[in-house]
Amino acid sequence: MAQPTAAVKKRKGILGGAALLAITAGLCWSLVIAPPDGYQGEVQRIMYLHLPSILTAYLSYFLVFIGSGMYLWKREKKDDLLAHAAAELGVLFTALTIVEGSIWGKPTWGVWWTWDARLTLTAILLLIYAGYLMLRSLIDDEQRAASAAAILGIIGFLDIPLIHMSVYWWRTLHQPPSILRPDKKPWETVHPAMLTALAVSFVGFLLLYFYLLSLRYRVGEMRQEIKALRLERGA
Amino acid sequence: MTLLRQTYLLLGKDLLLELRRRDSVLTMFFFGTLLLFVFHFAFDLPPDKIAELAPALLWLAFLFTGTLGLAQLFQAERDNHCLDALLLSPLDRGALFLAKTGLNFVLMFVVELVVIPLFWVLFNLSAWNLLPRLFLVTLLGTLGFCVLGTITAAITLRARARELLLPLVLFPLMIPVILATIRCMESIMRTGAMTEAMPWLRLLIGFDVIFLTIGILIFDWVIES
Repeated sequence: MAQPTAAVKKRKGILGGAALLAITAGLCWSLVIAPPDGYQGEVQRIMYLHLPSILTAYLSYFLVFIGSGMYLWKREKKDDLLAHAAAELGVLFTALTIVEGSIWGKPTWGVWWTWDARLTLTAILLLIYAGYLMLRSLIDDEQRAASAAAILGIIGFLDIPLIHMSVYWWRTLHQPPSILRPDKKPWETVHPAMLTALAVSFVGFLLLYFYLLSLRYRVGEMRQEIKALRLERGA
Repeated sequence: MTLLRQTYLLLGKDLLLELRRRDSVLTMFFFGTLLLFVFHFAFDLPPDKIAELAPALLWLAFLFTGTLGLAQLFQAERDNHCLDALLLSPLDRGALFLAKTGLNFVLMFVVELVVIPLFWVLFNLSAWNLLPRLFLVTLLGTLGFCVLGTITAAITLRARARELLLPLVLFPLMIPVILATIRCMESIMRTGAMTEAMPWLRLLIGFDVIFLTIGILIFDWVIES
């Protein structure tokens, strides 16, 4: 693996800068410009972080799935590195979602945690992908770890709809979605400044996510390089 | 056809081994029974609550005993490097998956066939006529458990601390089976009919079919050396 060129480093810097800018703009919009919610008041503003974090987490698990499938098919190390990096970030963003949700839940529902369908589903996702990371770390042989993790990355992702269905039948208490409602268009029910705040915040999260992903991916690459160097020098 | 024939041969071999040694099935049975006693002491079950809690308690016991079985599933192959020999032979890996799933399924289901009536006896439950329906639900749930369990047992095969890792990886993935079987059995015991249980039963069948297919398709990659 070659050292990243100056152009790649520059692109990464631009991505990081853009993420910082968009997150700051998103915070301004969600904390200052958007009006407080009619019922929930100021607490609702956490939604501008909550929704982007969970969407980013789902994106991450989708990338784990894609990376795992590609790895099993092509056997190229880069796909495995992608899946690993995405799984770590997915766990991070899921944990973030749960923490934000708890902070919102206490003043709104009166409890930090409740066994509602969407909360439970999110917690199960966290457990599945934490298991994925454990599995990786507990297999010494690198290729075997990659294959085993890829299998889990695939069946874990395919299991999500089934878990979703079962947990939903079991119970539902969470807010019904107010943005993606089947009966009304979002701009009819939600203040436009709120939608803008959410959109800007989401773009910020996406940029931040891809910035972190590129960093984490590079860490994986560097580990490979170190290993190769050690082998070469016979250390 | 070769797939089924190979499965039959492999499963026959494993069942014969188990029949001669009876390691797994006996440990699983005694562990399952032991758990019933532990639950009884832990909850100090009042008689009027038992019917309500029976599905959950039974399935907890089955999950733990099933995991015990899964941890042993590839033991024979590991000990004497038989796995390499099996992989060298011109064998469809899908057949290996089906045979191992079948083995754990037979072991678990035999244990369940004894433990469920034992539960009825120990806790003085009267609804004996519901047993066939409960067995049907248990059968489908156990199949789902074994299908996904075999895949996870195979991918954790070469991990350190694999006995600890296995349930860690498996249980979150099993949530649909756990929920569906317990809700199914609970509604059968409450209403005495299948109608309310039907959506859950369909979910269970869907789970079994989906992961059985995936297992056959991907076991090539799962078990490679």
